[in-house]
Amino acid sequence: MESNSETKQHTLLSSESGFQRTQYPYVTGSSVVALKYKDGILMAADMGGSYGSTLRYKSLERIKPVGKHSIIGASGEISDFQEIMRYLDEQVLNDNMWDDGNSLGPKEIHSYLTRVMYNRRNKFDPLWNTLILGGVKKGQKFLGMVTMIGVNFEENHIATGFGNHMAQPLLRAEWHENLTFEEGVTLLEKCMRVLLYRDRSAVNKFQIAKITEEGVTVSQPYALKTFWGFKAFENPTAGAEGSW
Amino acid sequence: MSKQQARFEPYDFNGGTCVAIAGADYCVVAADTRMSTGYNILTRDYSKIYKLADKCLMASSGFQADVRALQKVLGAKHLIYQHQHNKQMSCPAMARLLSNTLYYKRFFPYYTFNVLVGFDEEGKGCVYTYDAVGSYEKVGYSAQGSGAKLIMPVLDNQLKSPSPLLLPALDAVTPLTEAEAIDVVKDVFASATERDIYTGDKLEIVIVNADGIRREYAELRKD
Repeated sequence: MESNSETKQHTLLSSESGFQRTQYPYVTGSSVVALKYKDGILMAADMGGSYGSTLRYKSLERIKPVGKHSIIGASGEISDFQEIMRYLDEQVLNDNMWDDGNSLGPKEIHSYLTRVMYNRRNKFDPLWNTLILGGVKKGQKFLGMVTMIGVNFEENHIATGFGNHMAQPLLRAEWHENLTFEEGVTLLEKCMRVLLYRDRSAVNKFQIAKITEEGVTVSQPYALKTFWGFKAFENPTAGAEGSW
Repeated sequence: MSKQQARFEPYDFNGGTCVAIAGADYCVVAADTRMSTGYNILTRDYSKIYKLADKCLMASSGFQADVRALQKVLGAKHLIYQHQHNKQMSCPAMARLLSNTLYYKRFFPYYTFNVLVGFDEEGKGCVYTYDAVGSYEKVGYSAQGSGAKLIMPVLDNQLKSPSPLLLPALDAVTPLTEAEAIDVVKDVFASATERDIYTGDKLEIVIVNADGIRREYAELRKD
């Protein structure tokens, strides 16, 4: 975190130009992991919001439903995610106002988000998020990712941030077409457990969201069982009395 | 003066290699389907080839968000052209349009490395090769992207095209048949995959000839 005087100078300089550009994120969410399964999409994220190295918020919902057919999960700057939710609410509202029987599907929302992120990047004022968009419409499953500079793609299983390093290898080894709901949840919990052990900014409080043709369900927050009973952790000072 | 914080980096390198070869009555464009960032693979199944007009395709590697934006911009301009002129854009015209579009962003470039293939006004295959800011050249064959420097020398050696240094200038299209050219493409990609970390997974080959457009896939090493 920068000292107060430097931040003031930043504001002084940029007040001449009248606006400030995003330089760095403040309150950040860590990884989101998602996969396609037989009936739709499963997405998991923890509920932590870090303020640098402080775990400031422990009940943030980082997965939200969008319209009737999609869910969005975000890692990165939380305030930018809230801004994105405002843009998406506006899109959904306009969609409903048409009242023509059509509704925005996950492909459309993914495309819209890509354009928004890319255009903000072009103005050097990015929304500091990596977003995962998943949904089902008319039997077609969709799962895609958009980064803060506009890079986007679709895949069968996606993870952001640290998840890309730690969860993707597990997903690549164990994902297959037509996972059942139970298999999908077990696989996601495996990924989240690894992240919990190894990602400093993870908290042991998760939500798993499910979207199928029928609709969205976001689970109540719950914790995963962890195991710390390794022999090496017992009596850690056994070899060196007086140390901690 | 206050200390400049590290600004966010607006570019990323998502890797990949593109190759294009022009023959007497066909042209081939091929690209791998791997998309990477840093040392990670984001996806093994992303197409870099885009159809601009009936007989004009483009393959681009580099920064994927810019590639996608460029494809959309060209697609939109082509649509307007069709509305205004009641015909498809010719390949040489599309080549110039791509060059101008790239130069338009000379001071905040599209970080894309492109090859354009199609048929010229006489129906002969042509390949245009570009850099990131729009300088372009009509050639008989080209490679762009992360594996280009590995592939280009092999194409020079294997395609038996007339030397570009000859006077009077001869047309640079390769005398190879379509099947032979496709074999060369598969070979060079297999070689590039061995040594370039950004190239691999799967190879998408698109062949354009008098019968239309055909798509083939070949497996590449996934490591």
